[in-house]
Amino acid sequence: MSMIEVGNLTKKFGEITAVDGLTFSVAEGEVFGLLGPNGAGKTTTIRMLCCLISKTSGEAEISGYRIGNGADSLAIRRLIGLVPDNVGLYEELSAYDNLDYYGKLYEVANQERKDKIEYFLRMMDLWEKKDQPVSDFSKGMKQKVAICRALIHDPRLLFFDEPTVNLDPESSKVVREFVLKLKQEGKTILINTHNLDEAQRICDRIGILNTRLLAVNTPEELEKTVWGSKTVIQLEEVNDRILAAARELKPKDLNVEENRIILVLTDPEKENPDFVQAVVSAGGRVQYVTELNPGLEETYLKVIQETK
Amino acid sequence: MRLSKAWTVASKDFMTYRNKKSILYSTFYFVGLVSIGVPFILRYVASKPNSAAALPTLMNAFSFLYVIGAALLPLGIASYSLVGEKVQKSLEPLLATPTTDEEILAGKSIAAFFPAIGANLIAAVIFTVLVDLFTYKTLNSLYFPNWNMAIILFLLAPLACILSVGYNVLISSRANDVRTAQQLGALIILPLGAVYLLTELRVLDLNTNTLLIVAASLAAVDVVVFFLAKATFQREEILTKWK
Repeated sequence: MSMIEVGNLTKKFGEITAVDGLTFSVAEGEVFGLLGPNGAGKTTTIRMLCCLISKTSGEAEISGYRIGNGADSLAIRRLIGLVPDNVGLYEELSAYDNLDYYGKLYEVANQERKDKIEYFLRMMDLWEKKDQPVSDFSKGMKQKVAICRALIHDPRLLFFDEPTVNLDPESSKVVREFVLKLKQEGKTILINTHNLDEAQRICDRIGILNTRLLAVNTPEELEKTVWGSKTVIQLEEVNDRILAAARELKPKDLNVEENRIILVLTDPEKENPDFVQAVVSAGGRVQYVTELNPGLEETYLKVIQETK
Repeated sequence: MRLSKAWTVASKDFMTYRNKKSILYSTFYFVGLVSIGVPFILRYVASKPNSAAALPTLMNAFSFLYVIGAALLPLGIASYSLVGEKVQKSLEPLLATPTTDEEILAGKSIAAFFPAIGANLIAAVIFTVLVDLFTYKTLNSLYFPNWNMAIILFLLAPLACILSVGYNVLISSRANDVRTAQQLGALIILPLGAVYLLTELRVLDLNTNTLLIVAASLAAVDVVVFFLAKATFQREEILTKWK
């Protein structure tokens, strides 16, 4: 069942189109990442889905509630938790008071609110500092409080807008691990990020956005779709005889880089043994055979580059 | 609109004032200066021979300071409450909660209105007691309480305070820091200051009729400012245009 259904969603600010005809869906329990450069429309998309700003055209539903419908807006906001790119905490209030305030706004009952605040602050190792003003906290600690704030009403859907931006590696790791924990608990998560490594580790599927949605798939499938399936045969030495033997098997494409033969094949699992055998028969000494894995970063850059 | 939600928003601001007392400094200054300092000026005047005729006009004019005070006192509070949220970038998570724009606006208004009106009333009580104490011998009667002061405290002051809060919402959409908001906000006292000045110059007599006319004018301006503030305090406007 889809938690988020987006169809041809568009947002214009005057003459500027921030988001153009976005169509995707996010299943319940899925972690979906939106990757894109600055100004690609990632934050605008989250803001539309959180009913913070209006859409210009198109449709979007959150758990069956339609965005842009006044009556559904409050219901949507009860369902979701938002961790914006700026933590936006009340610096002069303590971590406890920040969470207590949001618990009240989300109408969490008194005892439940107290229990949840303690549970989350203990989980984030902040319970001992619960009464300290947030202004005394490090960026990582503030980000943890912001995540607790988004979870205080036990939302089914979470939006993270650049959750690890400006964080040191250690804090980023804590946040990433917490997101993975939420994923295990079955929360649906939409995450905006520039961090490709993070996206690859956390997300079930990724959408590459640059005003328009350019590609959507799992990180692995995205690489395959963009680059095709490539086999690398590393040899001690490449010569014309070996190349002729490989070309005789008619690969879709064949390139040579130093002592590596890079093959594009239709069905690598079936064709790889034939190519290796042909190369060996032609006197080639194989050092290793591997699948070419350009990585998500190269894939992302290629997709973005192709749209320019 | 659920008042409980508005009260939750206001309660958070009250908690902020408790933790950051500097927000309330302007309130303490006002109470000290106008409610204690001014009666001593009247004491000096009352000690002069033949001052009985001049004292009522002077006391009426000084009473009007509580209308100016009601407009001035919410400035520090309201500008911190709204621009403070903007500076701390806490409006986005707040707007993502199931709270309506009206509830947030009402909460922010309550948070600025009640401390300002409360401080104004306390200052007025101190003022009237001290003035009566210092002028009783000269006038041979207690000048306060009187109808003019009642109109000032219970009609004009709340109207001026509401105007100030609404005006602050408008300013907050443009100001980028609390100090700018306060400086721009201080412009609200200009028309009220003009009324005070005309009274001191004896061009205007602040009798009951004049005060009711001023009240009616303030009420009309309040309505206009209220609708402008409501139009400005829209979720999308705040997130995309409040810079």
